[in-house]
Amino acid sequence: MKKFEHCRGLAVPLDRANVDTDAIIPKQFLKSIKRSGFGQNLFDEWRYLDRGEPGMDVSQRKINPDFILNQLRYQGAQILITRDNFGCGSSREHAPWALQDYGFQVIIAPSFADIFFNNCFKIGLLPIVLDSNIVNKLIDEVVATNSYCLFVDLATQTVTTPGNETYNFDIDPFRKYCLINGLDEIGLTLQHADEIKQFEEKRRKEQPWLFA
Amino acid sequence: MLLTIWLYLLRLNDNLLLNSALWDNELVLLEYRKMKTLYDKLWESHVVHAESDKPDSMVILYIDRHLVHEVTSPQAFEGLKLARRKPWRVNSILAVADHNVPTTDRSRGIKDPTSRLQVETLDQNCEELGITEFRMSDQRQGIVHVIGPEQGATLPGMTVVCGDSHTSTHGAFGCLAFGIGTSEVEHVLATQCLLTKKSKSMQILVEGKLGYGVTAKDIALAIIGEIGTAGGTGYAIEFAGSAIRALSMEGRMTLCNMAIEAGARAGMIAVDETTIEYIKGRPFAPKGAMLEQAASYWRTLKSDEGAIFDRVVKLEAEQIKPQVTWGTSPEMVTSIEGRVPDPALIVDPIKRHDTENALKYMGLLPNTPVREILLDKIFIGSCTNSRIEDLREAAMILKGKHIAPNIKLALVVPGSGLVKSQAEQEGIDRIFREAGFEWREPGCSMCLAMNDDRLMPGERCASTSNRNFEGRQGPGGRTHLVSPAMAAAAAVAGHFVDVRTMNE
Repeated sequence: MKKFEHCRGLAVPLDRANVDTDAIIPKQFLKSIKRSGFGQNLFDEWRYLDRGEPGMDVSQRKINPDFILNQLRYQGAQILITRDNFGCGSSREHAPWALQDYGFQVIIAPSFADIFFNNCFKIGLLPIVLDSNIVNKLIDEVVATNSYCLFVDLATQTVTTPGNETYNFDIDPFRKYCLINGLDEIGLTLQHADEIKQFEEKRRKEQPWLFA
Repeated sequence: MLLTIWLYLLRLNDNLLLNSALWDNELVLLEYRKMKTLYDKLWESHVVHAESDKPDSMVILYIDRHLVHEVTSPQAFEGLKLARRKPWRVNSILAVADHNVPTTDRSRGIKDPTSRLQVETLDQNCEELGITEFRMSDQRQGIVHVIGPEQGATLPGMTVVCGDSHTSTHGAFGCLAFGIGTSEVEHVLATQCLLTKKSKSMQILVEGKLGYGVTAKDIALAIIGEIGTAGGTGYAIEFAGSAIRALSMEGRMTLCNMAIEAGARAGMIAVDETTIEYIKGRPFAPKGAMLEQAASYWRTLKSDEGAIFDRVVKLEAEQIKPQVTWGTSPEMVTSIEGRVPDPALIVDPIKRHDTENALKYMGLLPNTPVREILLDKIFIGSCTNSRIEDLREAAMILKGKHIAPNIKLALVVPGSGLVKSQAEQEGIDRIFREAGFEWREPGCSMCLAMNDDRLMPGERCASTSNRNFEGRQGPGGRTHLVSPAMAAAAAVAGHFVDVRTMNE
């Protein structure tokens, strides 16, 4: 997994609640058997005016000039600030893959959907929950200020604004440890292989129908 | 009741009380400690290792059943291979292709090369690793959340995972079942376990008797209307109460299926005789003496009386009317007697903004009565509502009737080859066909439109599926979620209509 220590990056606001995974990466792109290349179709139906299909040359497509990610001032954004329940809907990990592939390293919202939130940690994309009043304030500031960059530091669990205001965020210590060290969770679990085997043997004796 | 309140207060002051000199009845405390929710029981019986003894500790959780489909697995199998790992326990896995498969004639395979490659990749991975897979030509093929229970591969007391959010469906059997991402699919393949944390618990009590024409789907939508699509975020939901007990297994699956639309990864229902009767005789289920042994354990899979939940929500079954969504999130729902809301009357600016966006996308005017919404297409299917009982409910409405002239296409897509065959034996396919519906092959179909079944921009559909997100059934398509009976009634009328008045 990709290591995450800190990120200083341009922020972009996506001022909508309940942004679902179908909006983040539409289903036609889920037919790929690869893990990469989804960034160009991130928010496809909002970003382009024509209907996107896998294999299309995106440089030839009609851009929706009204969509926030297409505005010149937000090019190269690495931090997405958005509203409640971001990532609701399907379990597709293609959604965090697309966000990361586009260039995002951090997503800030007042709340996230559970599966999406969990999936982000598996690939080294950092979802940060901040109080909705703080998110409101950040969105107002981003809109009002050109080149608005935030500094996110995982070690100290802080988000710092250009005006030097600092906000703390919570993160599970195990997830933090895995992110900072870029650890392979499968490898970590396999360190407990003997315990898993013992558990399985006991289960096999007590509930043999599960192993038929 | 008093005891419950007292115990609740105890819980709030838990740590304080443990060290308190005020504490003089240790026996009661012990009793309180012993009372567990169904979720507690399922969770605790699968913990292999816990990082700490704190309730929110990261744990290694054992997985009994791993269901696999073509869309979220190829990258997981690839990762496994690259790391030179093998699946931990091959016979825990059951695979099927459902998202990409055509629902029309399959004799010539899949036309779209990218869809075909994805399905072939699953076939190849399963063959190489010795994983049981129901291929497209197999009569047992169908939607993964239909075939698991149908085969008896979903059993009470199991942990069930799948790279699909609607895995919550299997909780209907007293399972802990939830959707996972592709990295976790790989993790389960390699270790038979997941690294995860316990959620909070929510009990949703639905007491009373459902009215005529009101179904599990309406309960699900009414709950989401009540608590919102994020209401269940961070929770595992247990559905309980007399109205839930009275539901068939099909109804319970519909309800648990929609738990994720309320934001909860897992939904579950306690085991009772309805559960055990459903399981008996299914191919993967235990038989004979082992079934008896299993069933006596399964009967313990319910919340203890007095067990405390972090949140309790109550609904009266009699108050639930047939539901119709009007917007682009399942929480944007009202009853058939309702109207499209007026954003001007919404005080919260974010909610107002979302409602305006939704109405614009849906092409609806504020205050339009739901009954006046005209439809273009009808879809009966999906992991929510494609089981035999769903088809029977719709057929009952359609018998001797025909779809309205403004309906361009009415599709019925059974959840599995076995559901299809059962329906054909019962003559249900004839009722659908004579009513003007197309009778298709099983798969996810127009629930998410990954195959050729989809809405064209601007088309409006009454759908028995689970998500009305923008573009879900095709770019620009407009989805209204309803029960199978309501979809059938709408097909006949050409617009939404109260199913309760249909057969009068």
